[in-house]
Amino acid sequence: MAIREDKYAVLFKTISYTVIIVLTIACLLPFLLVISASLTENEAIVKYGYRFIPKEFSFEGYRLVFKFPEQVLSAYKVTTITTVVGTLLGLLFITMAGYVLQRRDFKYRNAFSFFIYFTTLFGGGLVPWYILITKYLKLTDTYTVLIYPGLMTPFLIILMKNFIRSAIPEELNESAKIDGANDFKIYYRIVLPLSLPGIATVGLFLALAYWNDWFLSSLFINDQKMYQLQFYLYNIVNTIQFIMQMGAGTGVSLGQDIPTESTKMAMAIVVTGPILLLYPFVQRYFVKGLTIGAVKG
Amino acid sequence: MRTRRGFVHELSKNRLMFLMLLPVIVFFLINSYLPMVGIYYAFTRFDFNTSLFDSEFVGFENFKFLWKSGILTKLTLNTLGYNLAFIVLGNALAIAAAILLSELKLKWFKKLTQSILFLPYFISFVILSVIVYNLFNYESGFLNTLLKGLNMEPIDVYNTPWMWIPLIILFYLWKNLGYSMVIYLAAITGISDEYYEAAKIDGANIFQRVWHITVPMLKTTFVVLLLFALGSIMKGQFDLFYQLIGNNGVLYNTTDILDTYVYRSLKVTFDIGMATSAGVYQSVFGFVLVMTVNYIIRKINEDYALF
Repeated sequence: MAIREDKYAVLFKTISYTVIIVLTIACLLPFLLVISASLTENEAIVKYGYRFIPKEFSFEGYRLVFKFPEQVLSAYKVTTITTVVGTLLGLLFITMAGYVLQRRDFKYRNAFSFFIYFTTLFGGGLVPWYILITKYLKLTDTYTVLIYPGLMTPFLIILMKNFIRSAIPEELNESAKIDGANDFKIYYRIVLPLSLPGIATVGLFLALAYWNDWFLSSLFINDQKMYQLQFYLYNIVNTIQFIMQMGAGTGVSLGQDIPTESTKMAMAIVVTGPILLLYPFVQRYFVKGLTIGAVKG
Repeated sequence: MRTRRGFVHELSKNRLMFLMLLPVIVFFLINSYLPMVGIYYAFTRFDFNTSLFDSEFVGFENFKFLWKSGILTKLTLNTLGYNLAFIVLGNALAIAAAILLSELKLKWFKKLTQSILFLPYFISFVILSVIVYNLFNYESGFLNTLLKGLNMEPIDVYNTPWMWIPLIILFYLWKNLGYSMVIYLAAITGISDEYYEAAKIDGANIFQRVWHITVPMLKTTFVVLLLFALGSIMKGQFDLFYQLIGNNGVLYNTTDILDTYVYRSLKVTFDIGMATSAGVYQSVFGFVLVMTVNYIIRKINEDYALF
């Protein structure tokens, strides 16, 4: 009996390690491919294709990205501003709403919760929203249009609400009230400090969405100086592919002198860089906050 | 009258709380409720220079046109089909990975692999499109480099529509596995050790323990996630589809979903009438679908109903 049990345990262990290792490699390899390509001589990519180890090592791709640094830096600036301002503002609004909506003595909390939730069930669609923003609010080419649509989502408000409910006991509210604290004071003196993991999680969701956004730029930004980082990369990728196709179609080689492939990859690394650097810290909070906010709620 | 006075009374009593809620209310009013008025555009001949209610009313003309183009069925089926595949396969893979990972004993290995599995969730879809292009483009893609090395014919993936069905699903799983796995891992951590100890004493091996304890205990989490996903079954993963496919018309047949169609009609072909009516169709159809599903679930088990 004991031997049989061991046999199953060993089998299970083998399966576990194999599957997890295979999945991990599958998640990692594409990144290695990009990093390797960004450090490869462009000629070598064209000639030998993408490889995991650079065939001819070169920094040419990175050099080209920063040859005209104005554009990259301006895209960095726009993305950083939208990410920081949007995340902070969004956090303020979401935590306040989450706090109010979980207060049992707030009579209309269910009505307001439904008011928010309903927007996930039904909407006007993309076009009326687009026309509202461009024609009536006139927000084309402004920071406002890059920031305001991402401030909150129903999901994040519900997540925050659940988190605050599970982190702050109802009695704490009562005793603070008896001590004469008003609702806003309770919110920033008691609720905020106790909700840090939830705030970190929601903040990460917001920051990630802002940093990775290309959609708002593609809809509402015409001025190149207002391009966000991801949209800037998107344009470069498409332009390079366009030049190469033109070259192939006409027989005239337009892209010969530009290290196109390696530039693209270097650009991808430059765009993702900050996130990958922050990742180890960020990931831990994410796991913690999600666990409490999503499951216990 | 009474309720009105009740509301005013409540407003003055809790004015701070209302004030704290105000930004969210204003946000959804402007961003979500105001555009609903614009549904009227679907019934007019669009003209950017005249205001909404001065535009010429054409009734269901736009919808008729959309229906006649014969594209609606395909878009609906694609949207629903991909979403169902995402939900079913995404959850199955996440549950399997979470169970396997939770049974591992090496702490550092567990932490490391979990971090790496979560990594793809953090990159943008623009980067994803770059990665996919690296892997599959005809001239220098990794796949074709490999095939040429083995003296085999290269494959022109970007001109082969059917291949994108498994590819899109694959990259959806790739990007989202880490995220949904975390939620299931949390649920597994919440299962009391007593069950496992009792089963061990009864002589159940590890496969039996997983199958008879862990899997059933994850049912609630699964149903909650499932219902959330069903709520947006008519909304596609727009970023994923648009970044991988873009405006590559060769692939539309197998990869065009309602969101990409609406976006393209608005930004590429400038067919506002079609774009608006397709958007309205998506909203209404999705709403009816969710209501129906919720009604059925309510009949089966009230606890699981969305609202």
